[in-house]
Amino acid sequence: MTKTARCSVTDGNLTLALQSVFRSMLALDEIQALLVPQHLPMKPMVMPVLVSDPERLEQADPLTPAFPMNAAKLVSRLTRKPAGGKMVVVLRPCEIRAYIELVKLKQGVPDDVILVGIDCPGAFKNTDYLKFAGAAGEAATATFLKAALAGDTQFDGGINLSAACRACEHPVPDGADLLIGTFGMDIEREFLVASQSAKGDALFEQLALTPAAPPESRAAAVASLVASRTAVRDEMFNQTRELTADLEKLSSYVAACVNCYNCRVACPVCYCRECVFVTDVFDHEPFQYLRWARRKGAIKMPTDTVFYHITRLAHMSTACVGCGQCSNACPNDIPLMELFRTTAHVTQAAFDYEAGRSLDEPPPLAVFRENEFAEVTGGKH
Amino acid sequence: MQTFEPTIIAFVCNWCTYTAADLAGTSRLVYPSNVRLVRVMCTGMVDPKFVIKALLEGADAVLISGCHPGDCHYINGNFKARRRIKLLKAILPQFGFDEKRVKLTWIGASDGIQFAATIRDMVTDIKALGPSEARQAMVI
Repeated sequence: MTKTARCSVTDGNLTLALQSVFRSMLALDEIQALLVPQHLPMKPMVMPVLVSDPERLEQADPLTPAFPMNAAKLVSRLTRKPAGGKMVVVLRPCEIRAYIELVKLKQGVPDDVILVGIDCPGAFKNTDYLKFAGAAGEAATATFLKAALAGDTQFDGGINLSAACRACEHPVPDGADLLIGTFGMDIEREFLVASQSAKGDALFEQLALTPAAPPESRAAAVASLVASRTAVRDEMFNQTRELTADLEKLSSYVAACVNCYNCRVACPVCYCRECVFVTDVFDHEPFQYLRWARRKGAIKMPTDTVFYHITRLAHMSTACVGCGQCSNACPNDIPLMELFRTTAHVTQAAFDYEAGRSLDEPPPLAVFRENEFAEVTGGKH
Repeated sequence: MQTFEPTIIAFVCNWCTYTAADLAGTSRLVYPSNVRLVRVMCTGMVDPKFVIKALLEGADAVLISGCHPGDCHYINGNFKARRRIKLLKAILPQFGFDEKRVKLTWIGASDGIQFAATIRDMVTDIKALGPSEARQAMVI
């Protein structure tokens, strides 16, 4: 395992070079289709597109700073049953980690899918991307990539990388079968291709790439990026803990919530097929509201906002990959990613688990043992 | 000043702790009346939502109690409960709920004395801790 190659870029255009790699993947007999972010004809939005015709890759651009959704959910849709052919899916590292969680939750079978991950310098929230793409025009991707790989987090027009990306310590797609590397590379001249699994090895062979060691600058570039992201993340944890330290503060934190549940729809690892909060469990009778109002003197409507958020933390924080789509989807700009990541860090540590790390580690609440966690019951098994 | 009387919601399993509570009663053991028992078939069916909701509605503490490991009527429901309570104990303290406000114990069907003692100890602990913030704060 781990074969590496350095592919050259012509005319300094990495996007075109990647398109040609994707084209050669689609040209292989066994690959039926390729899922990759593409500029839609009705620009400027970029969306995942499932391509079967190698000629339809001209708009493919997985390097844009657009991140409209976590595509793990789409890959789950594509792989929940055999699709009748192999697919390549091009994903960000957090999408791969979310997909790994979904596979473990039995919402996807990875047998017929090859995960291609690209080094991820980060992305914008949807509204910021539209502003950025509008201003930067055709050169948006190249402009972004050059600055982001140099370590910038702030861009023209006062636009920042999304908070989730600024605090992301997983910019390298470790779970990918095949990695496309840009960190520590002169991307106007070359990029890295590395296989990271048996499936990746096979694809690497079929693409007939010439093996070459990665540049020495890569490891240092990755280490320094991870270190600075981790520092931002830890600072974010401290601030969020402070902002939600008691019930009153937590209530203020989510006070703008209108119970639209967009965060739950956008969450790649909110895995319930039907969320309890939209079932008749919460279809309260009118007289119940009156009774509660009488008992407490006043109740906020809609009710159960804090209840919803804490319940969601209990359901999915052990699977949270920190992609930030909850914040992206919130119509009222509640910093949900910060809240979920802060809690997820604690709950995942409690079970010595890291979401998206490995297919071999079962989700913490899917297993149990007779002799464990004696401290929960005061030291006695 | 009125002394603080905590309200404790207890989810007790039908086969062990509920039977122990019954035994405590028929044995005329005295224990504080602060506890509201909810009989469930197994601690393994205590959804974390039940605990969260009880606390947000102003319960000062929640007790979950079932059969000792190895004694579960459904073989492993109590092991599932243990992981869920561990999860809650990781989440709730971040929002100001003292870890002591959620308690998991194993009390077998013949342990009426232990049941009464557990409730007495818990009431003492929670009285020392004071009322839950959810009693006063407007929980949205």
